[in-house]
Amino acid sequence: MKTRTVKVDTLARVEGEGALLVKIKDNAVVDVKLKIYEPPRFFEAFLRGREAAEAPDITARICGICPIAYQMSSVHAIENAFGVEIEAPIRVLRRLIYCGEWVESHALHVYMLHAPDFLGYPDAIQMAKDHGDIVKRGLGLKKTGNEIVTFLGGREIHPINVRLGGFYKVPAKGDLISLTESLKLAREAALETVRWTATLPFPEFEQDYEFVALSHPDEYPFNEGRLISNKGLDIAVSDYDGHFAEEHVPYSNALHSVLKERGPYFTGPLARYNLNFEKLSPLAKEAARDAGISSVCNNPFKGIVIRSIEILYACDEALRLIETYEEPEKPAATIEPRSSVGHACTEAPRGILYHRYKLDDQGIILDAKIVPPTSQNQKIIENDLRQFVPSSIDLPQEELTQKCEQIVRNYDPCISCATHFLKVEIEKE
Amino acid sequence: MSLIIGVGNEYRRDDGAGFAAARRLRAENPDVPVVLQSGDGVSLMEAWRDADSVIVVDAVHSAGKPGSVHRFDAAARPIPAKFFPSSTHAFGLAEAVEMARALGRLPERLIVYGIEGKTFEAGTGLSPEVEEGVSQVVEQVLREIC
Repeated sequence: MKTRTVKVDTLARVEGEGALLVKIKDNAVVDVKLKIYEPPRFFEAFLRGREAAEAPDITARICGICPIAYQMSSVHAIENAFGVEIEAPIRVLRRLIYCGEWVESHALHVYMLHAPDFLGYPDAIQMAKDHGDIVKRGLGLKKTGNEIVTFLGGREIHPINVRLGGFYKVPAKGDLISLTESLKLAREAALETVRWTATLPFPEFEQDYEFVALSHPDEYPFNEGRLISNKGLDIAVSDYDGHFAEEHVPYSNALHSVLKERGPYFTGPLARYNLNFEKLSPLAKEAARDAGISSVCNNPFKGIVIRSIEILYACDEALRLIETYEEPEKPAATIEPRSSVGHACTEAPRGILYHRYKLDDQGIILDAKIVPPTSQNQKIIENDLRQFVPSSIDLPQEELTQKCEQIVRNYDPCISCATHFLKVEIEKE
Repeated sequence: MSLIIGVGNEYRRDDGAGFAAARRLRAENPDVPVVLQSGDGVSLMEAWRDADSVIVVDAVHSAGKPGSVHRFDAAARPIPAKFFPSSTHAFGLAEAVEMARALGRLPERLIVYGIEGKTFEAGTGLSPEVEEGVSQVVEQVLREIC
């Protein structure tokens, strides 16, 4: 009997603190644990007793990479509870700021965190010594994303301009135009990114996943839509709790999410792309086709190409939104609290982010529930490791460990968000 | 152009030391621009891109005496990694310095001050020892930029 262990005590190139253990016995994987040991953060408890208006600023603090996602899910959920209708220009600005966050977050992951895995570098700094121009392109893209978020959010990290009903201050149409030049250059860089990532070496690895994403009749999803899957799920966001469950596992500080009927599911760029391909802009669809990616992609390693296609889409969509924007009469809709429960799901860069709030008639938060995308993908990550490792069992330890880490990074896990962090451990008997 | 960058998170107690120092430096010497950053590497590189003399102040966690001050000449050599392991950013200050060096985008002069923190738990307010560390950094930086 031969046992082998792949063990990574601190996973690198992920946001937050986590570890990975893979145990192999007689060429079979006997145990896989994605351990999230960053301490739980109790944000749901912090929110109890606070005013509804504070939720976007408090929840934005959960993540330095995707604060917009937290702000958007919280404002939509509370507006849903209070029956608030927002004006079309506010909707445009919310989509626009989300485009900025996708560009920022995806550019960081594609270039700094994930690309070194494919090109055989320990990190982006070593990669930059040989591929300086590629890395500079990634930094340029991220900068454009930062510009959008800073412009609309007031500052690039933990933006402060988002409020219930809209914004504290909205831009004049003429001011928004200032983003156009930078976005057009970013769109070209994004197109180059799709072409470049498509040439990276991908392991043959496809799985029969259940993909879950938002779906909107007219547009690629950001802020609203129904929750659908490729295996029959089609529900209003308000029915989320009826279909999804969160389970505690002893080795992780993040709860594992499952579909009550069928178990683990996949959320994030691949899910969005597979369920909403037709809603992409013509340019993004064409780039996907030219890169040899069909309308459905079941290989999680190709997530780097799908993220690049989404960067391209977000630049393209941002330019369209700027063109259609007309300054609203007032920056935010009036908020009238009422005793109720509100739900919302929005598409964070890493997948669906669900918020639910129970509020009283004074607008005080009685109860809050937040389900971040990384906790939803944990089981799928573990399943991928179980499926992938047997075919690579003969690899030297160092290489096998690197492949396991790459699988985790396929999902761009944001462990800070999910704790409610990363290290890999492979045990072979 | 000179620039002072305060790095940290004032909602994680002593991780707010960089912000506290930067704010005091802004008040004491309004001639040098001061920016506050969360520690995201790409934003740091962007912030110092057009500057030729940069001072960064951040909290550090290296098991040293709380409030003690470390000074690193980052333009000359890498910052010892053990001083900035507490960042949950996948691409933080230490990485930004090395990335900038690899791409030829390092400011001519880049000094990093690290103030040893005592507690990084959720909440606001600095430990008294760290307050003293902040005062010491402010004095040292003022001498350095005058």
